[in-house]
Amino acid sequence: MITSVDAVSGRRRQGPLWLLPAALPLVGFFVLPLIAICWQVPGRDLLSHLQAQATLEALRLSLGTATVSTGLAVLLGTPLALAITRGTLPCRRLIDTLIDLPMVLPPSVAGIALLLTFGRNGLLGAELAAAGMPVAFTTVAVVLAQLFVAAPYYVRAATAGLARVETELEQAAAVDGAGPAQIWWRITVPLAWPALFAGMVACWARALGEFGATLMFAGNLPGVTQTMPLAVYVGFEVELSQALALAMVLVAISFATLLVLRSLDDTGRRGV
Amino acid sequence: MVWRWRLGALLLAGMLGAAPVAAAPSQTLTVFAAASLSDAFRDLGRRFEAAVPGAKLRFSFAGSQQLAQQIANGAPADVFASADEPQMRAAITSGRIDVTTLRPFARNRLVVATDRRRDTVRTLGDLAKPGIHVVLGARTVPIGRYSHEFLQQASRPGALGADYGRGVLGNVVSYELDVRSLVTKLALGEADAGLVYVSDLNGPQGAKLGQIAIPEAWNQDVLYPIATLADSPQRRLAQAFVDYVSSAEGQMVLSRHGLRITDGARTYRRLAPTTR
Repeated sequence: MITSVDAVSGRRRQGPLWLLPAALPLVGFFVLPLIAICWQVPGRDLLSHLQAQATLEALRLSLGTATVSTGLAVLLGTPLALAITRGTLPCRRLIDTLIDLPMVLPPSVAGIALLLTFGRNGLLGAELAAAGMPVAFTTVAVVLAQLFVAAPYYVRAATAGLARVETELEQAAAVDGAGPAQIWWRITVPLAWPALFAGMVACWARALGEFGATLMFAGNLPGVTQTMPLAVYVGFEVELSQALALAMVLVAISFATLLVLRSLDDTGRRGV
Repeated sequence: MVWRWRLGALLLAGMLGAAPVAAAPSQTLTVFAAASLSDAFRDLGRRFEAAVPGAKLRFSFAGSQQLAQQIANGAPADVFASADEPQMRAAITSGRIDVTTLRPFARNRLVVATDRRRDTVRTLGDLAKPGIHVVLGARTVPIGRYSHEFLQQASRPGALGADYGRGVLGNVVSYELDVRSLVTKLALGEADAGLVYVSDLNGPQGAKLGQIAIPEAWNQDVLYPIATLADSPQRRLAQAFVDYVSSAEGQMVLSRHGLRITDGARTYRRLAPTTR
């Protein structure tokens, strides 16, 4: 057994000795391709690639749409998660499975399905387009595609988190005179927060990386629907160095954001 | 207990014994072909398999630019049929093409495909009208390259007006990554019009679309080159397929799918200098 105290975080490191070499291969598998990208990017052109119009547009679009999609997922998904855990919804197993479906559906299939629903001749799309609100090939379509594939990650995590909050605590607060809003914000959310937060992060990350459904449903138009993953894919065929620069930016931003979010979560939890 | 182990060993031996037999006889040929060739090549493939016992063809259809990139990155393939010369040249530059087998085997033309139900685009000029939704191929895709060249030529003085190209590009809602996605989006009614190959109007989806002819003066001479890969483990079979595609029967099948046939010598001479 190795037992030691981590100098930085103060946490104890424990575990049988063989665990370390058994755990490292997968980490290496994740790290090596990232190193390969950084290796190949020509340093001189990096800055000019990063400042290129196409790069900035794709970056802005990706970050913006992923954040909006996550916001919508939280707004719409939290009541859903609450309804599931509190038993408000009938056929709970059916709804649970339905929510899991977008996660296992191939993204291109999701894209086609969205196209057939919201496209110009789609179930809803026809009426929307007639009312002057076309959906396909717009930035709205990008958000919808991301919402479809990423929201289930949040709902899943939120359901699990909210289910673990003991109703006795909420009832006790009610007995002490707390209103529903107070119970929600001061009891339920703080207790479910780790799961809710993890769900938001997973949702945002999935939305940022979404490609197949976006290409199918939203199309590929620089500045409007060409997200970072799409720009990297197209760039790969045109100019490899530009695509690599884009890829590096995507990796760096995602990594930095996730790192920051996780540290915030850690400090938040320690504070509680 | 012991008999279970024996049974298991017997089954395993049986499977191992059967495996080589199952894998051996057929020679599989992997053909990378432009998306616009999918219907024609599947047809050719069936006939080739029927004519050559033991031959099995496996196709990978995609935008030629994707296939060229895959070949450059070492993807295993035996034959490459591209929708334009630049993508074949890209594959040649990677060193994997056997240039002695290189030849053109089909031609095509551009046409404007329209959503017949919506019927908003009736003439070439309508493509530039404000409010029209147009889908084009991305510039790296052969269909996209040809489309942009057409727009340039149509914007010359005496043609459709200097602003024509700009007007059409302003109406583009999506740059697709292969021509079949273009056809699908049009067939689904997601756009008013798009630029595709004449052969694309032959398939089940393409037949639903309306069409506007592009005058010869501005149309593009789409040339499909084909070649075998130098490191193919099936050189003879690959060459046989290339020969079949260029044969009288092969050309007849191609023309039935809307592709034009090559007239051999003249077009080959055009292609030859670029192979150096």
